[in-house]
Amino acid sequence: MFSDYIDIFYMTAAALFIFGLKYMNHPDTARKGNLLSAGAMLMAILVTLLDHEVVSYGMIVAGLVVGGVAGVVWARIVKMTDMPQMVAIFNGFGGLASWLVAYSEISRLTPNLDHFTTVVLVLALLIGGVTFSGSMVAFAKLQGLVGGAPTLFKGQHLLNAILGVVVLALGAVLLASPGAWPLFVLVGLIALLLGVLLTIPIGGADMPVVISLLNSYSGLAVAMTGLVLSSPVLITVGSLVGAAGLILTKVMCDGMNRSLTNVLFGGFGTEAAEPGEVPVAAEGGEGQPKSATVDEAVAMMKAAKSVIIVPGYGLAAAQAQHAVREMGDLLAKNGTTVKYAIHPVAGRMPGHMNVLLAEANVPYPQLFDMDDINDEFEETDLSIVIGANDVVNPAAKTNPSSPIYGMPVLDVEKSKQVIVLKRSMNPGFAGIENELFLMDNTVMVFGDAKETVNGFVTGLAGK
Amino acid sequence: MEPIYWTGLYVFLLACFVGFDTITKVPPILHTPLMSGANAISGVTVLGAIVSAGRGDTNLSTILGFLAVVFATINVVGGYAVTDRMLQMFKKE
Repeated sequence: MFSDYIDIFYMTAAALFIFGLKYMNHPDTARKGNLLSAGAMLMAILVTLLDHEVVSYGMIVAGLVVGGVAGVVWARIVKMTDMPQMVAIFNGFGGLASWLVAYSEISRLTPNLDHFTTVVLVLALLIGGVTFSGSMVAFAKLQGLVGGAPTLFKGQHLLNAILGVVVLALGAVLLASPGAWPLFVLVGLIALLLGVLLTIPIGGADMPVVISLLNSYSGLAVAMTGLVLSSPVLITVGSLVGAAGLILTKVMCDGMNRSLTNVLFGGFGTEAAEPGEVPVAAEGGEGQPKSATVDEAVAMMKAAKSVIIVPGYGLAAAQAQHAVREMGDLLAKNGTTVKYAIHPVAGRMPGHMNVLLAEANVPYPQLFDMDDINDEFEETDLSIVIGANDVVNPAAKTNPSSPIYGMPVLDVEKSKQVIVLKRSMNPGFAGIENELFLMDNTVMVFGDAKETVNGFVTGLAGK
Repeated sequence: MEPIYWTGLYVFLLACFVGFDTITKVPPILHTPLMSGANAISGVTVLGAIVSAGRGDTNLSTILGFLAVVFATINVVGGYAVTDRMLQMFKKE
């Protein structure tokens, strides 16, 4: 029978998933890796369709078509700047699917549920529900549908703990009386509530950490299901996703120099909003920043042999990526070496700035990670900081009283000259003063990033 | 304890090592596609949804299964498609 050989296909799929991720280790092979992974998924789906339990195909085909079309269209039209929201909502849909599958099984099996299945279903409802509603809150905050500020109230953690205990208690009752299906409904609803309550105290800027963590949870949930069903392919795939989520969560926390506990429970952003609590840089505050005109900045660029461009999210917000790429091209034409220095948390999720620059046709060999380029600033004639603030603040290295002290930053101040593009002299999002702007080798060009860079392009192109 | 149970735990252990080892080697430049790609993989719950929707049992069970297939498929197909869209933009020159 075919079913005797079915495991060969699942095993091949597992191997393809691993190869797919392995090919993600270089931009040249990454696309092939993603296609391999997609092929593995297709293979697993086709094999599952041949499962002896599957007897009617109408609903399945309808579901695959509706979901597939919606997925493709959505993936085509989404803007690259909106990538964090997109990952959040897709992740939420995955959680919702697990939650729905659990209810489908409950409605089919009740009251003939054994203990083992009951435990698995309670866990599936809990993780699926939390993933779904948590991701939706993250989506709403990232999309700006609700305010990004953390929502904190008294007894929040206590309430969460109580809800967690209630879920455990309901699970215990369900073990004793398998027919009590309304309790399953209650478990599912509490899970949805918990997802919301766990996510609202986290600031909008930290949402990518939450998504990454929720993705890791859903991976572990898949692995658990695999253990229960003795399905090695699910165990393997779930572990891979779990590992990816955990590593990316750690990358983001390290990039901000914060612990995961601080991100999840710290309510970050509340203190900084209170006036008077903003720490002022201890020294270096002597005098005003020097401002330069576009023409003066262009003259500095023409004289420079080596330029490092430091993009921050302000660049993407101003939609200035294409103008920046034009500027880089013109500089390169003048014989200047052009490199881009990317901070791990530049953009709104790890690696986001790389995607935005790649979209603007910046060749990826020009993109450098912080660790690879930090030693080069010293020998660089000119650094151009566009829409970045905290990630180039030397206070992170020198001022122990600064809220960002200890955060890894780009050593921009070490280059011979620095041009900073900024809308105005207002302190950044976190309200932290930046000594870099006041240094002798720094000049500021004020104005909209896109207009300023377009001015540079005109200046560099003209004779 | 059943032998198969232990085998599963060994698979889990080894897959975790493979996962951490493989993913640590992904350079930061590709971390966004990695995140959306891993997210697409976690839509593997579509396999369970397919079985739920295709058993031909009670109506409610099938309808819930159908909805699960829809949402899981959006996660899988959308996730892979958007990852591919991002990765094709990375060019050498």
